[in-house]
Amino acid sequence: MGIGRVWVFGELAEGKPTTTTLELIEGAKSLGASSVEVVLHGPEVDGALGVLGGTGVSKVYNVGDLGDALVGAPIAAAIAGQIESGNSPDSILFGATYDGRDVAARLSAKISKGVITNCIGLEAQGDTIVASHALFGGSQIAKSKFTGAGPWLFVVRAKTFSAPESLGEASVESQSISVPDLGATGAAMVINRHVEERSGPKLDEAPIVVSGGRGLGQSEHYAMIEELAKLLNGAPGASRAIVDAGWVPYAYQVGQTGKTVKPTVYIACGISGATQHMVGMKGSKNIIAINKDKDAPIFTICDLGIVGDVHKVLPALIDALKNR
Amino acid sequence: MNVAVCVKQIPDPAAPGSLDPTTKNLVRGGKLILDDSDAYGVEIALQLAESSGGGEVTLVSMAPNGETSGLRTALAMGASKAVLVSDGKLAGSDALGTARVLAEAIKRVSPDLVLAATESTDGYTGTTPVQVAELLGMPSVTFAKKIEVDGNSIKVERQTEAGYDEVSCPLPAVVTVTAGVVEPRYPSFKGIMAAKSKPVDQLDVAGLGLSDSQVGSTGAGQEVFEVQDAPQRDVGEIVEDDGEGYAKVVSFLENLKLI
Ligand SMILES: Cc1cc2nc3c(=O)[nH]c(=O)nc-3n(C[C@H](O)[C@H](O)[C@H](O)COP(=O)(O)OP(=O)(O)OC[C@H]3O[C@@H](n4cnc5c(N)ncnc54)[C@H](O)[C@@H]3O)c2cc1C
Ligand SMILES: Nc1ncnc2c1ncn2[C@@H]1O[C@H](COP(=O)(O)O)[C@@H](O)[C@H]1O
Repeated sequence: MGIGRVWVFGELAEGKPTTTTLELIEGAKSLGASSVEVVLHGPEVDGALGVLGGTGVSKVYNVGDLGDALVGAPIAAAIAGQIESGNSPDSILFGATYDGRDVAARLSAKISKGVITNCIGLEAQGDTIVASHALFGGSQIAKSKFTGAGPWLFVVRAKTFSAPESLGEASVESQSISVPDLGATGAAMVINRHVEERSGPKLDEAPIVVSGGRGLGQSEHYAMIEELAKLLNGAPGASRAIVDAGWVPYAYQVGQTGKTVKPTVYIACGISGATQHMVGMKGSKNIIAINKDKDAPIFTICDLGIVGDVHKVLPALIDALKNR
Repeated sequence: MNVAVCVKQIPDPAAPGSLDPTTKNLVRGGKLILDDSDAYGVEIALQLAESSGGGEVTLVSMAPNGETSGLRTALAMGASKAVLVSDGKLAGSDALGTARVLAEAIKRVSPDLVLAATESTDGYTGTTPVQVAELLGMPSVTFAKKIEVDGNSIKVERQTEAGYDEVSCPLPAVVTVTAGVVEPRYPSFKGIMAAKSKPVDQLDVAGLGLSDSQVGSTGAGQEVFEVQDAPQRDVGEIVEDDGEGYAKVVSFLENLKLI
């Protein structure tokens, strides 16, 4: 019977499927699903159908425009409605995004099925899906599978699968699915959206990421990280220690609770290399670390390590790059 | 305003964790501590109870062997009481099983607001609190960095990909708070002494009215069947900076044709 039908909880940004959505579609295809179908919401679904068709999915379920509602409850209810009426997928993949986890968690409780979270690999073995997920902040990898009947729910971390480089267009069938009455659960509404400005390439797509940690000493010194990132056409990132300290916004955070990045080069400056940080960057093709403590764990995973003071190495490096 | 805070008691994260080789359940030996991630929820709950002119903060926890040491820390911070669910049958519970237990325990407290962390330090599924919300029929707001009470509803600043959203949500509701958003208070000596006599209501699975098949490894419907060390990366060149360390970085980037 194989892996059967796999649904993907998809998200759009500026009218296009997000990278995470495209990754999940690739993942579903790699499992050998008999069909890959995508659940989408928002005012721009119709405009995105061509690109989705181009990825080879066979159907799009359109939950419609949810306005200002937080989407977890309505989308979970719409999917549960389909399952109850007999249109049930065998598995559903969710990205480990703000909304992806909400939808997965709500749906899980609604249909009384467990969720396997933090997946960093999914593999078909006969009729089952084997999920790999990191334990203890990434030091160990466990393999899990569901023992009961589906639908099986998986929350998958970013960059687990690769999105296609280029996208074609093709037509795809789309079906509206309705949101049943939510009672109190649907009452959370966005009343204002705040966008924090950020220039340069996106952290999770940049070919070079330069990250700073507590070793920078104080918030003003983060300017060195921004300058270096800019000189290299890269994106600045951060450890959680300095996000928690309020030096930079949360959107900069790399790691277990932040972004997963896999750039060509990751440069860690004054970052110790806690497992929760490394889990978000150790897939980088090359890693450079600058840290004054030669025993810092970051040195166990780097290709080039400079044991030194960031206040000496970074200004010299910035000067050298400027003078080229 | 009465606030229930879900607090997880976990093995010290500084000590390396391990799984039982046969059951693949987390080995829980030694004393458990209050999960750091939950200290923020406790702090916010105490601030909200104070600013709304009183009200109680009740802790809700599921832990093996009637473990209370993590709860005592949060009681010492100022929480009034705790509900602790402990039962051998809970071993191997997944997030949904845990949520069933927490939801039943929370029903006994009837709070205006339920707080939890966005994710725990050891399990970090990040799904338990929203599962609790669904089971309780409540709305939920995840990734909160600020909560304000406004009569019968709350205003929450919720982190987003682009920045943050202001979300309005009627009570009762479940809110998950992100780490680092407030400075959790240190328990005072007086607080520590007072915590020793604060009530901890202990319940088991039957006492909650749940059936054995809804919790523990039988309720989980998923199994871990293999655990391996994560693949190691090869270590490259490590050099002591003698003033020329920057040049090593430059040539490394040159070799990759990035500059
Ligand atoms: C549930 C959970 C989730 C987490 N998620 C994340 C996450 O997503 N991302 C993340 O980053 N962390 C995360 N953490 C936190 C993580 O455990 C570490 O606390 C954090 O990564 C440490 O940040 P840091 O390396 O900047 O600071 P520190 O650990 O304090 O390290 C600072 C480093 O700077 C070096 N240094 C000091 N001065 C200098 C100098 N002048 N020049 C050069 N080097 C210097 C020091 O030798 C040290 O190695 C998480 C923790 C938990 C419990
Ligand atoms: N056993 C538990 N007891 C109390 N609270 C819990 C428990 N498990 C999870 N939680 C709460 O749910 C949050 C998220 O947990 P998790 O789903 O493990 O990431 C935790 O930080 C706690 O606030």
